[in-house]
Amino acid sequence: MAEKVLMKGNEALAEAAIQCGCKHYFGYPITPQTEIAAYMSKRLPKEGGVFLQAESEVAAINMVLGATAAGVRSMTSSSSPGVSLKSEGVSYIAGSDLPALIINVQRGGPGLGGIQPSQSDYWQATKALGHGDFQMFVLAPSTIQEMVDFVPLAFEVGEKYRVPSMILSDGMLGQMMEPVEFPEKKDVVIADKPWATNGHQNKRPKNIVNSLYIQPEELENLVKERYERYEKIKAEEQRAEEFMTEDAEIVIVAFGASSRVARSAIKSAREEGIKVGMIRPITLWPFPDKTIEKVVPTAKKFLCVEMNMGQMVEDVRLVVNGRKPVEFFGRTGGVIPTPAEVLDQIRALAGKEM
Amino acid sequence: MAVVFEKTKALTDVPFHYCPGCTHGIVHRLVAEVLDELGVVGQTVGVASVGCSVFSYNYFNCDMVQAAHGRAPAVATGIKRAVPENVVFTYQGDGDLAAIGMAETVHAATRGENITVIFINNAIYGMTGGQMAPTSLPGQITQTSPYGRDTATAGHPIRVCELLSTLSGTALAQRVTVDSVKNVNIAKKAIKKGFQNQIDKKGYSIIEVVSTCPTNWGLTPEESMKWLRENMLEYYPLGVYKDIDAEGGDK
Repeated sequence: MAEKVLMKGNEALAEAAIQCGCKHYFGYPITPQTEIAAYMSKRLPKEGGVFLQAESEVAAINMVLGATAAGVRSMTSSSSPGVSLKSEGVSYIAGSDLPALIINVQRGGPGLGGIQPSQSDYWQATKALGHGDFQMFVLAPSTIQEMVDFVPLAFEVGEKYRVPSMILSDGMLGQMMEPVEFPEKKDVVIADKPWATNGHQNKRPKNIVNSLYIQPEELENLVKERYERYEKIKAEEQRAEEFMTEDAEIVIVAFGASSRVARSAIKSAREEGIKVGMIRPITLWPFPDKTIEKVVPTAKKFLCVEMNMGQMVEDVRLVVNGRKPVEFFGRTGGVIPTPAEVLDQIRALAGKEM
Repeated sequence: MAVVFEKTKALTDVPFHYCPGCTHGIVHRLVAEVLDELGVVGQTVGVASVGCSVFSYNYFNCDMVQAAHGRAPAVATGIKRAVPENVVFTYQGDGDLAAIGMAETVHAATRGENITVIFINNAIYGMTGGQMAPTSLPGQITQTSPYGRDTATAGHPIRVCELLSTLSGTALAQRVTVDSVKNVNIAKKAIKKGFQNQIDKKGYSIIEVVSTCPTNWGLTPEESMKWLRENMLEYYPLGVYKDIDAEGGDK
């Protein structure tokens, strides 16, 4: 078993990327993710890799597109306002059937917003980071260990289905420190890329990486084929953690940083005899509807706890589909809800029915 | 029977979609012949940009990537940094390179990004139907400058080679045209030098080709060549603006 080391979330994520063979990083400075770029700039030259500080977020994501097209694992990282700028490139990456890793260490918005932790880019990540019909594989870590473990997972799933992947982190996870363990290097799985544009060497037909299709039927067929892959991802790649849900009458749904707060509140509520548990979506897209569906018959109420004005709650309501009430509690603008606030919400819900 | 002409193998058999009198066809041929002559087709990756030349990914017989509008230098940077042995070129129009992609262009040049850029300057947006370009001439009538480009409100045309020649990372900045046999030969030599520079790891090379757009200029192919000579070459003088191999470097 590997040794545990104490690391900051952003740096642990960067190290995990290097260890799983991502040697090409393109980025632009923005708080609170800059440690990823700084770490990469220190480590990659020594690993025979490439760190390039781009002239803009727009350029950085297009460099990722180029490097990925040429067949290497490549990534970029940013925070909310910067991720908005990357949306053009992400759409082209999706439209070109390329895998690539995009990190969003979220901060408050809209606009320049703030620099404190937020989850207000849930919709952007899961519904539309760019124009056109497409999806990304989106993972939401809640610990620094998951910041590490989700990097190879994001690359592997992205490469398997040829879709862009995102790790939707936030300023809290990016900045906090926890002990982490890195996976063994022998476990690195990098898929073959016969589609790569890295020179045909006169040995194979030319490859084209492209997202332009002038004939509507051709484009429609291509998008439909992509959606068949999305259906496979929905069937095979959903991930969620269940915490004390067996007998839970109140089921909290929370991801990332807010799930940590919810977990504390649940422990306190259990001490008071309230039957409460949590489903923590790990994949935000595909949304873990199967896990939610499983508890609909036994749960009496749902409560979504988010660091936004209520975004994931809509996906929970779609699954629950009116069968049980789905309440929402959130703080936004960079405010992290306290366990006491969440506990009050739980008590109020329990009090209504008990 | 003696073979007097053979089409370069660096072009596919897909017929060009370009309008009669458009110089894209000539420039494609020159780029392809150069890749062939340098023996690098198998290791070349081209980047097609948004505009009339976007379909060049169907024409060049090497691996091709289609970039978003203006982003070809960034995409090319990613490709080149991932596989430095590749020969990487972008093929960009004036709207792509000098308007929406100016940041990517300037920074690729100043980084000395080891790529070759073929820049088609025809003073107009071709594919979208003839709007004012960053290189449209003062007074030039286009769809979005119907009273002629008024420099008081629309600003002045950008001289790209002059601008990029001020950057230390630029290895070669040369402006050519393809209106005559003599100039076609000069253009081919410049393109070849641009690719040779990359093979020799000298940095960013740009070859600006002053080009025609008969369809959107509203002229016949012959009139277009005349208009190019009489109007464009005055504002965009041909020549070498920077060549790190030449004595003194700059023009």
